[in-house]
Amino acid sequence: MSAPLLRFERVRAGFGSLEVLRDVDLEVHAGEFVALVGPSGCGKTTILNLASGWLAPSGGRVERASRVRMVFQQDGLFPWRTVAENVRLGLRHVADEAERARREAEFLALVDLAPFAGHYPHQLSGGMRQRAELARALAGDTGLLLMDEPFSSLDYLARLRMRAELARLLTEQPRTVVLVTHDIEEAAQLADRVLVLSERPARIRDEVRLQAPRPRAATDPDVVRAVHHILTLLGLESDREAPALAPVEVP
Amino acid sequence: MPARALRGAWLGLVGPAALVAVWAIVASLRLFPESLFPTPLAVARGLGIELRSGRLWDDVVASLFRVLTGFLLAVALGVPAGLAVGRSRWAREAFLPLVNFFRSLSPLAWIPFAILWLGIGDPPAIFLIFMAAFFPVVLSTGAAVASIPSVYFRVARDLGLQGSERLWQVTLPAIAPQVITTLRVTAGLSWLVVVAAEMIAGRDGLGFAVWDARNGLRIDLLAANMVVIGVIGVALDLLLMGLTRIPSVRWGYER
Ligand SMILES: Nc1ncnc2c1ncn2[C@@H]1O[C@H](COP(=O)(O)OP(=O)(O)OP(=O)(O)O)[C@@H](O)[C@H]1O
Ligand SMILES: [Mg+2]
Repeated sequence: MSAPLLRFERVRAGFGSLEVLRDVDLEVHAGEFVALVGPSGCGKTTILNLASGWLAPSGGRVERASRVRMVFQQDGLFPWRTVAENVRLGLRHVADEAERARREAEFLALVDLAPFAGHYPHQLSGGMRQRAELARALAGDTGLLLMDEPFSSLDYLARLRMRAELARLLTEQPRTVVLVTHDIEEAAQLADRVLVLSERPARIRDEVRLQAPRPRAATDPDVVRAVHHILTLLGLESDREAPALAPVEVP
Repeated sequence: MPARALRGAWLGLVGPAALVAVWAIVASLRLFPESLFPTPLAVARGLGIELRSGRLWDDVVASLFRVLTGFLLAVALGVPAGLAVGRSRWAREAFLPLVNFFRSLSPLAWIPFAILWLGIGDPPAIFLIFMAAFFPVVLSTGAAVASIPSVYFRVARDLGLQGSERLWQVTLPAIAPQVITTLRVTAGLSWLVVVAAEMIAGRDGLGFAVWDARNGLRIDLLAANMVVIGVIGVALDLLLMGLTRIPSVRWGYER
């Protein structure tokens, strides 16, 4: 296998006397989609901050072989720029003016925001803002996308739609992704590997691999099985076979 | 939109029209001697006299020049100072108490020093306006910078925006709405201060005209100059309010 894009080696991190990560090992290879799930406050965001270089580890090593870009849960779009201008910022590395304009239009179309190119973020809905944010992140030449609960501010249906959207975008513009989410179904539907973290100080407790090719449906048997397995690991479902449908008794 | 703006402009005249009507009625009742309470007509005539003699125009130009110079100087130095203070916690803790001290000190208290140091005319008035506007600009720019959500700087870092690019494309646009609001407040403050400054340390300007009319017991001219001062104050604010309609700052007012 090729050298990993991102590698954590016995990484430790903490804030003051609070130990957040203890000896985390992690490798993410090009083209992979890795999801991180775990209890609230266990250190998932901290892992992304270490991966992006925003935080330095207090022990161990973090290596990254690519530029990274983070997609934030709250608005990371610049409110003083229109949607198109935000996406154009993601294309700063493209030197040729005409090529930049072409790609800007392409990415706006990709997230269905072409009619809103001239709108400012505050004139869009939450879901549209997330799509614009995705377009800006994908427009970059970044190999590695770090996403911190990108859809958690959306309602359930919008979340399902964005999930499908992300899966579709990734088939057209393949990227390596590390996704942090509270939504286990989202993790299982999107990822090649789901890493389950322990309580703080966090370690990687378990790894669930999904074999079915992406993009997959939320109801794919592989996804359903993975969800059940992860819920069991988190102690939220008892470890038994998924119950068969019992015949309903009519009194 | 123009129709609504036009209606707004017309409605804005209702208040002044009502005021003049009440004023005319009270004046016609002759409750006060005419030497203490001018009629609207006398004031309008006074305005005509001042306009024809060319003096009003000279006074307006003198006052506006002082306000613009002092105000622009305060903004040109205050915004960078605010950026420095807002960016560093150290600078904030070291300088904010001082800035607050001077901000709380009425600029009118500086009038004696202004005259002692700078004599009369433009310099003391500009100095006083600067003292009135500089500290609020520093304070609110600093507060605005300190409260920029860190997510914008993280995005800037991911996008490779650094140094002056980061300043012009992230920091300044992020504080623009708040700074514009401060400009409106401090421009109004400067206009208040110039009148006071000219009354004491001036030989021309609208403030001096008010003082001069009072000394000459010309209450018609006195009131005429007051009307002009108020109207220009409103016009200045309208002008600066235009800044809030720039599309790239609308987000700051619509959330
Ligand atoms: N800047 C900080 N200063 C001090 N402590 C922090 C800081 N950031 C995070 N922590 C602590 O580190 C721990 C892990 O935080 P982190 O944000 O990584 O959790 P998380 O897994 O992302 O949680 P959630 O799922 O709720 O977002 C938390 O207990 C938090 O209190
Ligand atoms: Mg988090």
